[in-house]
Amino acid sequence: MCLAIPAKVLGIQGSTAQVDFGKGVTREVNVMLVDAKVGDYVLVHAGYAIEVLDEKDALDTLRLWDQVLSAEAE
Amino acid sequence: MAEKSRFRDAALAKRLTEKIWKLAPKEGVVKICHVCGTHEWTITHYGLRELLPSNVEVIAGPGCPVCIVPASEIDEAVELALRDVVVTCFGDVLRVPGSRISLLESRAEGADVRVVYSIGDAVKIARKDHEKDFVFFAVGFETTTPSTALEALSRPPENLSLLVSHRLIPPAMKLLVEMEDLNLDGFIAPGHVSTIIGLEPYRVFPKEHGMPTVVAGFEPLDVLFGVYMILKQLDEQKPRLENEYARVVRWEGNTKAQQLMHKVFEVTDGTWRGLGVIPSSRFSLRKEYIGLDAHLKHGVKVEKGVDQQPGCRCHLVIVGRIKPTECPLFMKTCTPRKPVGACMVSSEGTCRIWARSLRS
Repeated sequence: MCLAIPAKVLGIQGSTAQVDFGKGVTREVNVMLVDAKVGDYVLVHAGYAIEVLDEKDALDTLRLWDQVLSAEAE
Repeated sequence: MAEKSRFRDAALAKRLTEKIWKLAPKEGVVKICHVCGTHEWTITHYGLRELLPSNVEVIAGPGCPVCIVPASEIDEAVELALRDVVVTCFGDVLRVPGSRISLLESRAEGADVRVVYSIGDAVKIARKDHEKDFVFFAVGFETTTPSTALEALSRPPENLSLLVSHRLIPPAMKLLVEMEDLNLDGFIAPGHVSTIIGLEPYRVFPKEHGMPTVVAGFEPLDVLFGVYMILKQLDEQKPRLENEYARVVRWEGNTKAQQLMHKVFEVTDGTWRGLGVIPSSRFSLRKEYIGLDAHLKHGVKVEKGVDQQPGCRCHLVIVGRIKPTECPLFMKTCTPRKPVGACMVSSEGTCRIWARSLRS
């Protein structure tokens, strides 16, 4: 039930935003718990965006994993 | 966004698994506990347990918010539903057994129980239909609680009240770590609860209990990395708090959501199905918002319910003491189609996840 899915913000009107979950699946979610703007990726849980995602952080994670594994290769 | 598939990269997983095998102790058992139904899904779905050395165990703690709602609280919802109040709830809650019947079964007795995707939908339905009284059954951990708080603060319609069953995860983790015979060696902390609460509430585990604690995401590589980071901390004998899921979870969490949550709710002792009372583990409405409490509005209070059906071992599964397959009812009298215990009901329940992976 703590499932949360990333979606892209297409437009915002007041407290709600139209978001795209990919493959053309769009719906309205509440964005009052975050400071999101159009174009951002948000993490959506039960109809509410709970965090704004950062693409740079996602790429950093991949880079970090690679580094951890390489640095310790014997 | 970074391609999802890269977080499931098989070559990277292989390299990581090799590291884990090298780091794993040659003797003794390492027992790592997660407390999230979605982590259990990732582990079971991708067969991650089979990739780990046999002495590195990953067990599932009480990470299913639906499974731990005590029967007494289901009974309250059922009682309301049978009294001409429309009960709105998440789909997962529908089949959770009460002492006598579930909310789903109450429909057969004439109750109006409606599944909603979010509390926002419950607000909309109540606004449209002034003639009826509505209740939203607010179940969930800290991931879900902020949305309830937000609606409580947004002047909900007068014909809507709340049956609040929200719980906090860190106090349940504390209970597990204090069960000495469980012999835990590390925690994989739940990614989406942490999105809200941040890392600070877990600091007590490495600091006072010497437990490595890593917040991890939900891709298979996230979970494997979580295991790797815990093994590394154990190897170095330096237990600490780390964030594997930094692409989503900020150290301080979502402070806006935290403020709303604490404005509306205070933390009280709470009963968990199968676990008993856990101190400071429940969100209860503060007195300023008590007007929204369905108990008071409709005069409903069930003190004690029947949490456990005869033979059911949910209470042992929920703390990882036994595997679902060790329960005598598992896939015999207790199946996803006809669940006996709460762990078989919810899609996040450990038994349900194991049952589904058996089928596939």
